[in-house]
Order: sequence, then structure tokens, then C-alpha cells
Amino acid sequence: MKTLRTKVWPVLAVLVVIIAAWYAAALLMNRTIAVEEAARKGEVLTTQEMWLKSYRLDKPLLPAPHQIVTEIWNSTATMSITSKRSLVYHAWITLSATLLGFALGTVLGIALAVGIVHNRAMDKSMMPWVIASQTIPIMAIAPMLIVVLNAIGISGLLPKALISTYLSFFPVVVGMVKGLRSPEILQLDLMHTYNASRTDVFWKLRFPAAIPFLFASLKVGIAISLIGAIVGELPTGAVAGLGARLLSGSYYGQTIQIWAALFVSSIVAGLLVFIVGGVERLVYRMMGARPEATA
Amino acid sequence: MSAIVVIIVALAVWLGSWALNEYLVRLRPAGPAAERQIGFAVPAIFGICLLALWELLARGLAIPEILLPAPSVIVAAALNALPIIGVDVWQTVFKEVLPGYAIGCGAGLLAAFVIDRSPFLKAGLLPLGNLVSALPIVGLAPIMIMWFGFEWPSKAAIIVTMIFFPMLINTITGLAASGHMERDLMRTYAASWPQTLLKLRLPAAWPFIFNALKINSTLAMIGAIVAEFFGSPSVGMGFRISTEMGRMNTAMVWAEILAAAIAGSLFYGIVALIERKVTFWHPSVRGGQR
Repeated sequence: MKTLRTKVWPVLAVLVVIIAAWYAAALLMNRTIAVEEAARKGEVLTTQEMWLKSYRLDKPLLPAPHQIVTEIWNSTATMSITSKRSLVYHAWITLSATLLGFALGTVLGIALAVGIVHNRAMDKSMMPWVIASQTIPIMAIAPMLIVVLNAIGISGLLPKALISTYLSFFPVVVGMVKGLRSPEILQLDLMHTYNASRTDVFWKLRFPAAIPFLFASLKVGIAISLIGAIVGELPTGAVAGLGARLLSGSYYGQTIQIWAALFVSSIVAGLLVFIVGGVERLVYRMMGARPEATA
Repeated sequence: MSAIVVIIVALAVWLGSWALNEYLVRLRPAGPAAERQIGFAVPAIFGICLLALWELLARGLAIPEILLPAPSVIVAAALNALPIIGVDVWQTVFKEVLPGYAIGCGAGLLAAFVIDRSPFLKAGLLPLGNLVSALPIVGLAPIMIMWFGFEWPSKAAIIVTMIFFPMLINTITGLAASGHMERDLMRTYAASWPQTLLKLRLPAAWPFIFNALKINSTLAMIGAIVAEFFGSPSVGMGFRISTEMGRMNTAMVWAEILAAAIAGSLFYGIVALIERKVTFWHPSVRGGQR
């Protein structure tokens, strides 16, 4: 009960305030459009009609939440998922690129981290560049990469996935290097007294010690992978995917479509982070952690 | 035939620089100065090696310039188009990124101070803030352009939305970083809330705040450039990248990316430098921790 009072209520209260503010803002921003539209038809609106109209516009400046939810419902539940207008179809395209890029980025990141921890030359020569690679606005490379890869015949999933890879490998490298170095000298010395080989030290000490760091990085990595995949869809000329929905929505002023795509991508992002969190708890339990320790 | 020669030379360059680095890191430096020189030389050699390989392979294998121009071609294009790049940097960095960055970081900081006084708001906003940090906010760009027009306010608005929550969360975490003992001490001094904030909790929070400032410097650059893909007043780095790409002028695109990389690194570097001056007491700056 205590968690309900201290955790759930504040979040709910803030959510309610946000939704109320949203409706108020929608009314304020859409009012002029509604009035102008009526004036063009020669109608004079009462206050009540104006309110109703502001929430029912086709292309409002700011759609009301229920309009967005209706649009999401119409474009997911009432349509076959293979239809080009179904958001499930577009979300799946983006999601597959995200997952592929995330997997590649994680593998690459762990491999780099293992190399960096075990080889001093690699550590010294690559670590500064790994960090520098993130101070460049990576998204700037997205259109490049996609056109270049298209030109050599690689198109579709892989170019977008590569952008996700580029974005997600960094947190994994940094987190894993930190994690693999987290065992203390005392523990390393103990392994030494057991005459443990480097492989043994790695699998029995370093890797288990790095798991919490790995999952913290994975949560950042999966969110950023999704963003990468969405941005990767922008320069391809809006074929398919959530990014393409955003772009075509902005071309044709379909604000409800833009917001629906944004909401769906937020839901996907939340689900992905949630799943990684679930896997984290599962792995902790398999490693014998007590439930309190994981919380 | 020549392709094989090129690949062999490339491998030789790679192995040679790798061997040099292996040799350098095994040296026992005579003093801290020599150690610093080696610490600088090793990544420099690696970087030069990568550039050399790129140049060698791009020219040796005759890769078409549209696909991947050689570094020398990119630098030449950048030098040729210096006035255009200058105008783009002015538009993107000084008119879009800096105002957005200042407003977003300032708003996040102030909001954190306000929320800090109310545990209820803290409990309500922190989970939401964490969620929002994981969302693809860049997607708001077309909407912001619809609301604020093509000029800099729309880009500043998207930057503010992107960086507000990282700043808020880090500041709140930082404000909680000072220990109970110190806070109790302030209480025994009968220090007021602003006094405790200014003299104890804010200084203790600086490392966290600077963490957010550094993350946000990168986010702000990304936000501005991506927002320009959706619409801009025919100037700016994101605009230039997308139009030159449409004209298949790859060298110019890479030149803009180079400029963006330099601007982004400088931005990050300046923030990191200020961090060293402000949090001079922190172990990671003093070098006590490795």
C-alpha cells in the first residue's frame, strides 16, 4: 500500500495535470483555425460549438489526446497489419532495424571492450577515438551512410541498422570497459593464487562483475537504437517505417498522423526498455542474486 | 593486380602502426612528461593510420567519389567552400544550438530547484523524466517547425525539449548527492534553504550537472541538424547536408560533416574544460582515481 501512495499517486497526478494542460493548449491553439473555418462557410459559432470544433479538426495545430488515440486505434486494430497504412506494419519495419542494429552494436561494443581491457595498445589508441566519435553529431552521417550503402547495392534494413549500431555501441563499450575493470585487486590476486588462466579470470570474475554495467548500458543503447532507426528512415524518401510516417505527415500537414507515429514510437521505446529490464532481473536471478539486491 | 598491391600496402601500414603502438605502450617512460607524450602519440598514430588507410584505399581501389571521397578531397572541398560552411556554422551553432542549449539547460536547472522543494512532485516527475529521456523526441521536429516556423526558434524549441529532462534528472540526483552529515551540519548552523543550496548542495551537485551539460552539448547539435532536415531557411548544416546529398555532391557533404564534427568536439571540449575548473576538487579531475 505504501508504494501505491508514495509512487503511483504522484505519477498519476502529474499525468492528469499534463493531460488537462494538453486539452487546454489544444483549445487555445486550434480555436483560431476552427473560427476561420466556420467564417469561410459563413457560420457564426457559439462558444460551445467553438469548443467542440476545436477538438474535431482534421488538421489541428495540436491534436487533442483522444484524437491521437483514435488515430492509433484506427491504424492498428481496424486494419490488416500488412496494409501500408497500418502503424503496426511501420512499427515492425522500424523495430526490426532497431533490433538488428542493437544486436550488432552490443556484440561490437562487447568485443571492443574485451580487446581494450586485455590489450594496452588497443586501450591507449582506441579509447580516445571511441569517446571522440560521440562528440560528432552522428545523425549527420545518417543520410550519407544510407545513400552510400544504397549505391553499392545494400538497401532496406541494413543501412538503418548500421546507424543504430553506431549509436548503441558507444554506451556498451564505455559501460563494459568500466565493468570488466570493476573487480578489485584483491579479487584478481585471489584468482592469481588459484593459478587461474586469463580465460578463467575473464569468465569467472570479470564478466560476471560486468553484468550490472552491461545492463545499464543496454537500456541506454536500446533507446538510442530506436532513435537511430527512426532518423535513419528520414533521408530515404519516406518509404516505410515510423520515421517515414513522421516525414510524410510533415509534408502533408497531417498532424494527427505525426503525433500517432510519435506515440507509437514512444510505446515501442518504453516496451523495449521494459523488456531489457525484465531480462536483467531474470539474469540476476539466474546468477543467484537475492530479490532485494536487484531492486 | 594493382588492387592486390594496394591491399598489401594497406595491411603493411596497419600492422606497422600497430607494432609501433605496441612498442610505445611497453616503453617505461622516464617521467610524467614522457608518459604524457606517449599518451598523446599513441591515439594520434592510430588516427593518422586510419586516415592513411582511408586515403590509400579510396584512391588505390579507385572508389568512385560519390561513394567515398578520400580525406584529401574532403579537406580540399571544405577549404574551397569555406564561406558557405562559415555561414552554415553561424546559422546552426550560434543561432540555433547556443540559444536552445542555454534556454533548455537553464529551464532544467530552475525546474530542478523548484521540484527539489516538493517530494510529491519529485516522486511524480522523476519516473516520467526517465521515460521521456528514452523517447525519440527528435520526431517532434516537424511539429515544432509547424508551430515556430523555419527560422531558429523551431530548432531552439526542439533542442529545449530534448535536453530539458536530462538536465532535470541529473540536477535532482546531484542535489541529493551531499551526505546526511553535511546537511545536518548545515541545520545546526541554522542555515536557510537557499544558503544550504548555494554553499553545500549545489557545489556537491556540480559533477552531475556537468555530466548533463556534456550530454546535452551533443544532443543539442544532433537536434539542430536533424530538425533542419525537416525544413530550414535555406542555410544551415543540416540543410546543406540534405541538399548536397540530393545533388550527389558527396565531398561537400563530408566537408559539412567534418565541420559539424569539429564544432561538436569544440563545444564538448569547452564544457569539459569549464568542468575541470569548477569541479577541481573531484577525484576524476585531481587524478586520484584511475
